[in-house]
Amino acid sequence: MRQIVRVASWLYALAVYGFIFLPVVVLVLFSLQATSFPIPPFTGPSLRWYDAVLSDPRLTSALVNSLLVASISSLTAVTLGFLSAWVFARFVLPGSGLLRGLITLPLTVSYLIIGMGLLVLFNWAGVPKSLLAAGIGHVVINLPLCFAIIYSQMGDHQINIERAARDLGAPEWKVLLLITVPVMAPAIFAGFFLSMTFSWDEFVISFLLTRFDTTLPVEIWNLLRSGLNPKTNAVGSLVFAVSIILVVLFELTLLRRRKA
Amino acid sequence: MTAPLVDISSVSHRFGQQTVLKNVSLRIEPGSYTILLGPSGSGKTTLLSILGGFVTPSEGKVFIRGEDCTSVPPAKRPTTTVFQDYALFPHMSVGSNVGFGLRMQGVDAATRGARAREALALVGLAAAFDKKPHQLSGGQRQRVALARALVIEPAVLLLDEPLGALDLKLRRQMQDELKAIQKRVGTAFIHVTHDQEEAMALADHCVVMNDGRIEDEGPPERVYARPATRFSATFMGESTILAGTVTEAKNRTSAVATAVGQVSLPCALPVGSAVALAIRPEHLVLGATAGTARLGTARVSDVVFQGSFKRVLAASVEDPSLQFIARLPATATVRPGDTVAVSCDTDEIILLTD
Repeated sequence: MRQIVRVASWLYALAVYGFIFLPVVVLVLFSLQATSFPIPPFTGPSLRWYDAVLSDPRLTSALVNSLLVASISSLTAVTLGFLSAWVFARFVLPGSGLLRGLITLPLTVSYLIIGMGLLVLFNWAGVPKSLLAAGIGHVVINLPLCFAIIYSQMGDHQINIERAARDLGAPEWKVLLLITVPVMAPAIFAGFFLSMTFSWDEFVISFLLTRFDTTLPVEIWNLLRSGLNPKTNAVGSLVFAVSIILVVLFELTLLRRRKA
Repeated sequence: MTAPLVDISSVSHRFGQQTVLKNVSLRIEPGSYTILLGPSGSGKTTLLSILGGFVTPSEGKVFIRGEDCTSVPPAKRPTTTVFQDYALFPHMSVGSNVGFGLRMQGVDAATRGARAREALALVGLAAAFDKKPHQLSGGQRQRVALARALVIEPAVLLLDEPLGALDLKLRRQMQDELKAIQKRVGTAFIHVTHDQEEAMALADHCVVMNDGRIEDEGPPERVYARPATRFSATFMGESTILAGTVTEAKNRTSAVATAVGQVSLPCALPVGSAVALAIRPEHLVLGATAGTARLGTARVSDVVFQGSFKRVLAASVEDPSLQFIARLPATATVRPGDTVAVSCDTDEIILLTD
């Protein structure tokens, strides 16, 4: 009886992980296909489709755009998130709870709604569809996230450290730069890498807010409209690899925080 | 007569509805070691925060070296604080921690390093220069915090329960070192504590606080021997308190009627006034060898051996609500349940008029 339960639980675990990872495994496997169709039988391994991706100027420029949008929007989101977290943690504001709720509210709103809202707003304000518009959209979705991560780590025990710096003659901006930022560094990096991850494979907002120059997920979607081929698998695998790296960096910074 | 280094003039402070300091005035002399002693909630920490500039008082003024510092921010006043939790910068080495104040003054790195080393040597931690704060023990962090505050040569060093987080043995050891360091650097120290032994051991000037007011201040010997108020008689060391009424006064001698009999005191008091008499434990005599003031008999309820002495609690037979606290030699033979005569020398009775 016990044997059956054990076998069953193994099968269950296998099914769950298979369900989660099989699509990715298939994607990566057929990106190594040597022939022109990403369907069995597997004919690889071959790197010809990766070669094709990297020699396609549209895909490579989209990749650079994605990296630019992700890093600049994440930097902006983490800076704004840090400053607002610091203000909420250190000053008594009227209606502090309500304001904190409002700043984290975009986390619960779907990207589609945020994207449509920004589209209408930018249209009205005369801001053209561009990478800048998409970048602003990514700040909107990532700022609440950065705020929540940094605010949760900003405890009372750091108040006396900041006080000590002030007491020793530091003006406020030096307190922030020399004391608060380094002490909060793990949370700040965690917020940054998580924002990068989300911005990197964000589709809906980029799709709505860009036109000629666009980000990688939108370019992949364009590519998919002309049918499946191993090139889409190859570029998808690249996106996946970068996401994995970012998530690992995020986990590492959080883990280091917990050990300290 | 030199001007006081710090002059706190009629300071009151409220947090919301609660008044935590009530019209406090205090002067601190240069080079003195002042202890603010009081239970939690007495306002001593608030007073220290006002001195450090972290709190601006609701009313009153603070002068440091003759200058009005009432609303000068911490960065710009000649005080530094040693925080209770040390508040070391965790991401910097010990040397950078100590050199931080100098860095803010624009002192170059080489001078900074040399002076930080000097300050660390002063507190006996010369070897810790390159370590990180988390590699040090509690007592060592305490010393780093002290060196960091002293290196910029403040006019006044403020210490917020600096020994509170240390264990008893280390506390007594650090206490001696604090005093030695203060004597060596000559800076005025203002130290907040609720530990009366710490206060007596360290203070040149002891300020007893309760409920937002200064109850008593002066040299610790005087505050102990002749406390001004009932609170100070019971908080700075223990006392037995006798309530009484003056029944007769003539020839500079007053007779006071108490629940345990009449006591005559060598001073003139208005007849009919209510007084409280305090007697320190070491001045109470239990048993046959009677002092000049007889205080009835008492039944011993508890004897606690404390090494060099025995602490005895005895309830008065005449007034069971009165508890005598006595300190007897370790060789005394009293046992719980004994009934003994209680007396003391008239000279040792402390008169409290509040």
